[in-house]
Amino acid sequence: MIRIQARTEPSSIMKVASPLIAIVLTLIFGCILFSALNKNPFEALHVLLIAPLSDMYNIGEMLVKMSPLLFCAVGLSLCYRANMWNIGAEGQLLAGALGGSAVALLFIDSTSVFALPLTLIAGIISGMLWSAVPTYLKLRFNSNLILTTIMFNYIALYLLIWAVNGPLRDPDGYGFPESAMFSDSTTLPILLEGSRIHLGILFAVISAFVGWFILSKTHLGFQIRVFGADEPAAKYAGFSGKKLSWFVMLFSGALAGFAGVCEVTGPIGQLVPNVSPGYGYSAIIVAYLGRLHPLGAIVAAIFLAVLYMGGDLAQIQMGIPVAVVGMFQGVLLFFLLACDFFIRNRLTFNNQVTN
Amino acid sequence: MDADLIVLVLFAAIKTGTPLLLIALGEVICEKSGILNLGQEGMMLMGAVVGFIAAYSTGNAGFGVLAAMLMGSFMSLIFGVLVLHLGANQVATGLALTIFGTGLSAFIGSDFVGHTVQGFQPIAIPLLSKIPYLGEILFNHDILVYLSFVLAVIIAYVANKTRIGLVLKAVGENPHAANAIGIKVLRVRYLAIMFGGAMTGLAGSYMSLVYTPMWAENMTAGRGWIALALVVFASWRVGRIMLGAYLFGFASIMHLVLQGLGVDISSNLLAMMPYVATVIVMVIISADQFKEKLLAPRSLGKPFDPRHMA
Repeated sequence: MIRIQARTEPSSIMKVASPLIAIVLTLIFGCILFSALNKNPFEALHVLLIAPLSDMYNIGEMLVKMSPLLFCAVGLSLCYRANMWNIGAEGQLLAGALGGSAVALLFIDSTSVFALPLTLIAGIISGMLWSAVPTYLKLRFNSNLILTTIMFNYIALYLLIWAVNGPLRDPDGYGFPESAMFSDSTTLPILLEGSRIHLGILFAVISAFVGWFILSKTHLGFQIRVFGADEPAAKYAGFSGKKLSWFVMLFSGALAGFAGVCEVTGPIGQLVPNVSPGYGYSAIIVAYLGRLHPLGAIVAAIFLAVLYMGGDLAQIQMGIPVAVVGMFQGVLLFFLLACDFFIRNRLTFNNQVTN
Repeated sequence: MDADLIVLVLFAAIKTGTPLLLIALGEVICEKSGILNLGQEGMMLMGAVVGFIAAYSTGNAGFGVLAAMLMGSFMSLIFGVLVLHLGANQVATGLALTIFGTGLSAFIGSDFVGHTVQGFQPIAIPLLSKIPYLGEILFNHDILVYLSFVLAVIIAYVANKTRIGLVLKAVGENPHAANAIGIKVLRVRYLAIMFGGAMTGLAGSYMSLVYTPMWAENMTAGRGWIALALVVFASWRVGRIMLGAYLFGFASIMHLVLQGLGVDISSNLLAMMPYVATVIVMVIISADQFKEKLLAPRSLGKPFDPRHMA
């Protein structure tokens, strides 16, 4: 007889195995779904997961998609560790793209070496501002962080749409809702000739290591971990919840803003209405899949970036709607949450209950 | 502003507030049982797409509504199993439900974009609709709006005046005590979650069968989230939810009113207003921490496992 038994200690093996099992279950789900749609499931999975890694061009495109996911997920990992439910990475990313673009357009005729750093800083600060307001409202007025950050995502989106239709629209752009193309002085350098692998990707990887260093090697990171594990204990130890909340929210806003400004100064090269296909929301899944660990986020971000790439390829090659990616992401998170049950519990296969 | 315009605006506020009202009525029952389901947006989109497809294929909008409600409760059942039986975090699971529903609805609805259906037509209620002004505002709607009036009254009655309401309250305030006196806590929570899902599915079908009436990706535009804010705004009281829903509905159409009055502001900036209004309302309502602690169900968002007694 199979019984469910609570573990006395959370299983550290399951903590790592759970995301892998969840991925396998998601793939099985995918096979069943594609069979039901009369598509060859193995061909579909090949296009979704293997084809994106098949040649250098595709790998480069995959890394381009990984960068914003990783930036956002590193920040969110720290937020969720500290029990700050920041769902606003999407809005913070858009704010970064908007703020960065506004500065980049000032340098449209410039060749100054300061143009790019100033643009990036503007993007980072815009992202921080966009997370600072909900943080202030939470800490000062006790308003629900989840709902305010979500609302700020929508507000950022409409602000961006307004900007590309109004003040930032390209005057020579025949009325299209787009800014002018940025000049070379405000475009991120390409790291690998012939690809779109840009400097921002390197920044994203560095940000993951910075996140890991803060979380694992500093007193601040120790406070964040204690705060997340046991809030009363953290308060008893005299850690300031407010200070930690401000830190993780501003850090996460800065990284999301960085992600946004890297998108517009990197692969896109101008401000457009659809800067992000929902990177900020997918980053929530990346953060969970990476076990809220900044280095784990690197692996998880690569996986989700492959899925994004695969979704594009599946649409082109097999006529599968690109929305399948969003659905897979949701299914993946479901399976992950279900598998996490076995971190705290185990199955025993006899009638005797051992303690 | 002349009287005709005011009547028109109030009529539209009720129409716009109805999906918010339906979701919030379901979610308040769910939250009263101690469960916070953040998956409203995903369930609503699934309700909208399934309702649309069912109505489109059968030519009967009634089937659409039924299918949407079934879909909503099925979606919430997934949520229920994860949080009630597998002890998953309610916030994370709710987010997963929203991401899943957003993706799945876009996936299955991709062949139906651009089609229209014969939705519900307005029915003027005899006599009542003849009342000057009030009749035009309240009694000249489609059947789902009337259904929302009736449901609001029934839910208010059940929650406040019946044994079911008491059981719900016991489970949400103190599940351990409720368990000790023999209430099946998990069963009550499952039912509350699935009721919430059905109501959200209904709201989704209202969007795709009445409000637009068509299907488009992400057509709910954050209404699921606004409805969650509405529950907080109403301090978990059913009566206040109705008032709040129409206030939020009014905020959502404010940009049309302003444009109608000839105010020269970009429509993209005005489109932010419902979200800005939601933030402002949240700030005003939550500022009094003591009040919120007093009114929120005490076990809201906390897991309950009958195997371990506290």
